[in-house]
Amino acid sequence: MSQKFSLDGQVIPFEDGETIMQAATKAGVFIPHLCYHPEFKPHGSCKLCTVKVNGRQTASCTMRASTGMVVENNTEELNGERRALTQMLFVEGNHFCPSCEKSGNCQLQATAYHLGMMSPHYDHFFPNRPVDATHPDFFIDFNRCILCSLCVRASRDVDKKNVFALSGRGIKTHLIVNAASGNLADTDFSLADKAAQVCPVGVILQKRQGFAVPIGERTYDKAPIAAQREPEMEGAPK
Amino acid sequence: MTSQLETAQHPERLRRVAIDPVSRVEGHGKVTILLDEQNKVHQVRLHIVEFRGFEKFIQGRPYWEVPVMVQRLCGICPVSHHLAASKAMDIIVGVKKLTPTAEKLRRLMHYGQMLQSHALHFFHLSSPDLLFGFDSDVTRRNIVGVAMAHPEIAKQGVLLRKFGQEVIRITSGKRIHGTSAVPGGMNKSLTIAERDELLKNIYQIVAWSRDAVHLIKKVHIQDPGLYNSFGTFRSNYMSIVGHNGDLDFYHGKLRARDDNGKIIFDNVDYQHYDRYLEEEVKSWTYMKFPFITSLGKDKGWYKVGPLARVQNCNQISTPFAEHERKEFVDYAGGAPMHAPLAYHWTRMIEMLHAAEEIKNLLHDDDLLGNNLMAVPGERQREGVGVIEAPRGTLFHHYRVDENDMVTMANLIVSTTNNNQAMNEAVRNVAQRYLHGREVTEGLLNHVEVAIRAFDPCLSCATHALGKMPLEVELVDVEGQQVHALSRS
Ligand code: SF4
Ligand code: FES
Repeated sequence: MSQKFSLDGQVIPFEDGETIMQAATKAGVFIPHLCYHPEFKPHGSCKLCTVKVNGRQTASCTMRASTGMVVENNTEELNGERRALTQMLFVEGNHFCPSCEKSGNCQLQATAYHLGMMSPHYDHFFPNRPVDATHPDFFIDFNRCILCSLCVRASRDVDKKNVFALSGRGIKTHLIVNAASGNLADTDFSLADKAAQVCPVGVILQKRQGFAVPIGERTYDKAPIAAQREPEMEGAPK
Repeated sequence: MTSQLETAQHPERLRRVAIDPVSRVEGHGKVTILLDEQNKVHQVRLHIVEFRGFEKFIQGRPYWEVPVMVQRLCGICPVSHHLAASKAMDIIVGVKKLTPTAEKLRRLMHYGQMLQSHALHFFHLSSPDLLFGFDSDVTRRNIVGVAMAHPEIAKQGVLLRKFGQEVIRITSGKRIHGTSAVPGGMNKSLTIAERDELLKNIYQIVAWSRDAVHLIKKVHIQDPGLYNSFGTFRSNYMSIVGHNGDLDFYHGKLRARDDNGKIIFDNVDYQHYDRYLEEEVKSWTYMKFPFITSLGKDKGWYKVGPLARVQNCNQISTPFAEHERKEFVDYAGGAPMHAPLAYHWTRMIEMLHAAEEIKNLLHDDDLLGNNLMAVPGERQREGVGVIEAPRGTLFHHYRVDENDMVTMANLIVSTTNNNQAMNEAVRNVAQRYLHGREVTEGLLNHVEVAIRAFDPCLSCATHALGKMPLEVELVDVEGQQVHALSRS
């Protein structure tokens, strides 16, 4: 392993085929991200992981590392843009952290803290998104979906069920359940599914479990997101 | 008990006096007074803009989210809503009895809330009126004035409140808006370190609470002419009453008495509160008027809160508070006391009881236990949770569908239970202190003092410092403003 690149001045080794994100994570350097998950093919959609490679912006979760790259990550400029993206995610959905059971275990919230987001800044969209509570064990609160597509990838690639899909385009993009009725109860979704574990925010939730973990013992109470080895694994329901 | 001043016969020929907003009471309050040509009072109404729409907001949400969500109802006693909703959701998950650890932790949290709320009300909001007089200089009549004239009292007020807040923080996980009560139990117990932290100060807290009862008792007894009659009206009163008729803020059966202390109903399981109570809607205010069904809406209204509770129970289980209760009952001479200013005295007896209960619980090792969740029973579709909040009886009533979503929520908050009672007190004071066609500072002050005695949870009462914005408007028959007075 002799290949290396520079990340904020630090030397990062990598192996053939690794992305900047993968190499950085292995070296213990945190790059903010939401749609990236180490177990799935990168999607490159949220753009939170944007870094500058030799002066040009690119998504670090999809960009292969190569020798001699000079990568900027933790800069005021990039974090400012990431903060703006995060604020947009907050206003596009209905994220009401104080009464959300994912609070303290939510990657979006933890990322907002990491980036020093103090307010949503933009006007709220207040979209009308009814919940799906038809399934006996799970409940989908579409209000909080950030369209990362992790559940789509998990259900399709790991569970081989294709329970979820993203539908529509642009600002109209939304998550759907693949059933004629559109209801989760009419799919073969189950507790054992990988897709039941991956949602980084509070959309796909196991019923009757909310608030079981006290404040102080939740994932991001213990350590901020930048200090977690694999935040997406920690934040997922057990 | 009928309210002759609620609606005038011919309001169109009367002059309107509005007092708005009511200072040092949270939220927006407005008092309107209609006068005739001879300056006779024909109509007095207290208008309260209550939070609305919250019940709708809860609909369609999963039941386990509700105890956390409802804390946002009211910035003043979030713990009461957290616990009342949790109690209703215990019923939903089929839990009739919590584990001893869970119940004691919830009680500890609730007594902490009682202590901090009563301390805030007495020391920060009311003591300026009580120590300096209702007509004293408004620039001095605040907690800063108290701190200058009586530094020891002001200090105790601050520290009592702080201790209550510590109890809440430790039991609920956060100083405000914790998440620890969950349907069927609690999500955390106390560590030994946390328990010991509270134990360090509790004896001082009990001692100061006793001093507070002695202080208000002295103030009251010194001026019976004022304290026994100011704003006084007779009414029924209601609260939950614990085991053996004990004063109990956390759990019990509903009991109501008439103005002579005779039982109207007793031992009522609050799951069926709606068979005993109804709510009337009136066109002139958003806040509803609850009443006891069997007595009808004209005679069935009642008061809740400290004055109701301390006189409704048979006894108090803790010795210092029981001693004070007996003195209060003796002073009242064997008949129920109806004076609004006696709320202050009974409120301090309750604060003392809360402090003593905290002391007892801190010596109970159950608090450190790990058995936090009861085994769920048969799922129910409907549940009612009732608690005695600092300001009075608080009802949370929910229906939950087969998918676990709330389909109906009905809340009756303490201040709503006291709606008619507060109106009556204001009517009484207006008649006694309004002279001529001018609204004086004196009248404003007296109306405020009457409302404040009930400690209504209008959404801005933490304005304990400085002069409060107060506006008075005189409007004539044609609705024209003839005179206005305001201070800000
Ligand atoms: S439901 Fe969760 S995992 Fe699925 S797309 Fe939305 S945010 Fe991502
Ligand atoms: S994490 Fe790379 S684009 Fe979302």
